[in-house]
Amino acid sequence: METAPKPGRDVPPKKDKLQTKRKKPRRYWEEETVPTTDGASPGPPCNKKNRELRPQRPKNAHILKKSRISKQPQVPKKPREWKNPESQRSLSGAGLGSSPLPRSKAKTRSRLEVAEAEEEETSIKAARSELLLAEEPGFLEGEDGEDTAKICQADIVEAVDIASAAKHFDLNLRQFGPYRLNYSRTGRHLAFGGRRGHVAALDWVTKKLMCEINVMEAVRDIRFLHSEALLAVAQNRWLHIYDNQGIELHCIRRCDRVTRLEFLPFHFLLATASETGFLTYLDVSVGKIVAALNARAGRLDVMSQNPYNAVIHLGHSNGTVSLWSPAMKEPLAKILCHRGGVRAVAVDSTGTYMATSGLDHQLKIFDLRGTYQPLSTRTLPHGAGHLAFSQRGLLVAGMGDVVNIWAGQGKGSPPSLEQPYLTHRLSGPVHGLQFCPFEDVLGVGHSGGVTSMLVPGAGEPNFDGLESNPYRSRKQRQEWEVKALLEKVPAELICLDPRALAEVDVISLEQGKKERIERLGYDPEAKAPFQPKPKQKGRSSTASLVKRKRKVMDEEHRDKVRQSLQLQQQQQQKEAKAKSTGARPSALDRFVR
Amino acid sequence: MKVKMLSRNPDNYVRETKLDLQRVPRNYDPTLHPFEVPREYVRALNATKLERVFAKPFLASLDGHRDGVNCLAKHPKNLATILSGACDGEVRIWNLTQRNCIRTIQAHEGFVRGICTRFCGTSFFTVGDDKTVKQWKMDGPGYGEEEEPLHTILGKTVYTGIDHHWKEAVFATCGQQVDIWDEQRTNPICSMTWGFDSISSVKFNPVETFLLGSCASDRNIVLYDMRQATPLKKVILDMRTNTICWNPMEAFIFTAANEDYNLYTFDMRALDTPVMVHMDHVSAVLDVDYSPTGKEFVSASFNKSIRIFPVDKSRSREVYHTKRMQHVICVKWTSDSKYIMCGSDEMNIRLWKANASEKLGVLTSREKAAKDYNQKLKEKFQHYPHIKRIARHRHLPKSIYSQIQEQRIMKEARRRKEVNRIKHSKPGSVPIVSEKKKHIVAVVK
Repeated sequence: METAPKPGRDVPPKKDKLQTKRKKPRRYWEEETVPTTDGASPGPPCNKKNRELRPQRPKNAHILKKSRISKQPQVPKKPREWKNPESQRSLSGAGLGSSPLPRSKAKTRSRLEVAEAEEEETSIKAARSELLLAEEPGFLEGEDGEDTAKICQADIVEAVDIASAAKHFDLNLRQFGPYRLNYSRTGRHLAFGGRRGHVAALDWVTKKLMCEINVMEAVRDIRFLHSEALLAVAQNRWLHIYDNQGIELHCIRRCDRVTRLEFLPFHFLLATASETGFLTYLDVSVGKIVAALNARAGRLDVMSQNPYNAVIHLGHSNGTVSLWSPAMKEPLAKILCHRGGVRAVAVDSTGTYMATSGLDHQLKIFDLRGTYQPLSTRTLPHGAGHLAFSQRGLLVAGMGDVVNIWAGQGKGSPPSLEQPYLTHRLSGPVHGLQFCPFEDVLGVGHSGGVTSMLVPGAGEPNFDGLESNPYRSRKQRQEWEVKALLEKVPAELICLDPRALAEVDVISLEQGKKERIERLGYDPEAKAPFQPKPKQKGRSSTASLVKRKRKVMDEEHRDKVRQSLQLQQQQQQKEAKAKSTGARPSALDRFVR
Repeated sequence: MKVKMLSRNPDNYVRETKLDLQRVPRNYDPTLHPFEVPREYVRALNATKLERVFAKPFLASLDGHRDGVNCLAKHPKNLATILSGACDGEVRIWNLTQRNCIRTIQAHEGFVRGICTRFCGTSFFTVGDDKTVKQWKMDGPGYGEEEEPLHTILGKTVYTGIDHHWKEAVFATCGQQVDIWDEQRTNPICSMTWGFDSISSVKFNPVETFLLGSCASDRNIVLYDMRQATPLKKVILDMRTNTICWNPMEAFIFTAANEDYNLYTFDMRALDTPVMVHMDHVSAVLDVDYSPTGKEFVSASFNKSIRIFPVDKSRSREVYHTKRMQHVICVKWTSDSKYIMCGSDEMNIRLWKANASEKLGVLTSREKAAKDYNQKLKEKFQHYPHIKRIARHRHLPKSIYSQIQEQRIMKEARRRKEVNRIKHSKPGSVPIVSEKKKHIVAVVK
């Protein structure tokens, strides 16, 4: 409820005093006719759970980014009762809607300013700590005019050191092929499963075999769970889980006829796509099925995950790619990518680019940052059946028995599809591809076995010891496992923008404000209504006219002075900032190369 | 052809011997740490849950008094020593580390009304129902000596409270009037009155040491300057104030514990509006004491519970109660700001942690880092509904719980009536009085 400045509008200025005295008091039933309430915009009633977790944020909803100070000064984090005593005193008899602004606003703002300054400082520190990174990424450069795509694996193996050369190997397994393969998150272990039932897991660096079994059933896909100790195998009928000894731990009959598997490591979810058209999320930490979504697009056999936001991308036979989260029954987005069916989908590690290939023999790279437009397109002679991104943004495509790798300009740029970076021909058609994390190695499963290729510049050189450490000991793994389970992200939080949780919930804030106004019967934060001043006598005298003119002129002058002062201050601040960051020597300076 | 492959030397990444610490190389690249916000949220949720799991604030109960504990005092120099006076005239001195009574004095006949220590910690003063003010030595009498007060002043009227100056050899008592005494004399330096009612407590300001505040049973809080012969000003509230306590960090802020279940934090420069009304108690508030940091205070209530309030919040952050604790009469926050003591009707003094889930004892650096990190996370995500709900949850005795519900209904009805009255009357004729102003009757200078 707020009093509109009525008298100012419809009262002739001459008889102002009398009119205001005789003004008809506004009654509460008049409220319906006066459209004044500003905070009472009829918004949809907000579902409480939605407000809390907000998994269903529409993809193009206006999102307020981090800087809360500049864009949203009027939104205090928590409305409070603390009011300015001075203004309260002066306005105490003013009537309806005259409560002053809460004093906490300035406090909230200053607190936010402090928080933002801290954030900036930490990000600077984190950036500076890059000096301490020990390893440099690999590279492959041809001498001038030489095409790197012409360089074959044998040349690379000859040129590199023995330890790296040992990473190139070929497992000749013609009997049970074609193979699907998967590296564990640390990049230390490799599991592969052949169509004719052969399942093996090994520490591929030391070439130590962990287990080798034959499941006597067709193996469609194979995937490590959160650590190398558990292995999910999509078999002809059901989904099975084995441990690293090859002992069957579970047979999950709720997931049947699974064609593709994806594991979301931070959510402990195993996403399975099945022939029956269902996308099923299985929580492997508690063994419950979180969601079973019907994609309504027939057989699903193209799937990949977006490692940035844990959204599952499904490719369909009508040329669309749909994006799924377990919190929603409908896809978050559908992208029409190809004429003809989609054969393969891959998303890079930053979640920015998606590569798709279709039956129309095209390979496209899409931008996933809101626009979903293709950035580059290339027609391939046979079309790519399998796609994968490396940690540093290299794209590999398996076309028949040939593997092509494209590289971009640097990390974070899309791979340019004009010239391949490397090519390799295998002894059979490709059936599975994956870059090994933290190594310059590409694993290819094909009908003739499994090949480990050397791709310089593919892997992230510096791993984080607390996140996924290839050299971790058993104790460290156990510790990490407990920590990871403790901070398992709930499945409902999967949405397109993983930072959505950190943003101000404007809808519920406004709702709360509205409810408060309704409860109190007045708006405690409303501005005092405009009180027109009664006309003064003697305004028309020449002297006062001149005075008023001078006032206006002075005001202009003051404005100019104020602006210039502000500019000066800003410059000074900038200089001070530059000085403070640049001048202070730091212990890290000695590592500058 | 120039080629370089990523090839790590395992020696750089694994420890040399089993006695070494494991090597943990870090890389803060955000792509290696995805889901930063959801993971931090989950961590904050876990930290909040753990905080509630570990919230075991009750430390010890000191028993020995043979009547209700009426007043408490801290030793200014020794953290482990506290003094307590009971309703049967007995004063006990306690050692908190050993949790036992080290000395017992039969100080007065009838109640010990007030107790305070001298700023140097060598002696303490008590006042009682027998119209006397007694000064006692902090150390016990030697072998064979009798327990005797250093000085005894026999007054004309009953004294109800006492407080000592923070720097000088001056103390103040209250009763029919506020008397300021020099320690060396048997007559007050000056007596100040304003109105004719009994004054229940008097407190020296710890920063501006010449200032005093007192509260009387004619519902007012009076401020005095020791250097003047007359009081400074007073504020009259709706109901009687039981005690006041000055903020030890902000000289002009004090908090008053009122009979109307609320506490009022005043700025002494502007008494007509309290800075904050603290309301969570469901019965009269009997005592209040500030933390030495000046950021929080603890209040004791007739409803058998004590509550901790942040100075700038109107709702309490913590409530402590046990089944056996009866009406809490006095409360003190220890000088290291880690513990809270309360004396109650059923003859016990209880020792609580000021921070319910805090781990006592020495923390290793990793523990400390984890604690700080969790604290920051809890702060960052405190407004999220799920986390807020967990952090706010407290178990309450049934009596308090039902009283809260009842009072909520009453308050709601009152508010509804007020809103209706405003709605149905001429706009502006019924002023909106804020909750802060509601309880202030007048300010007199």
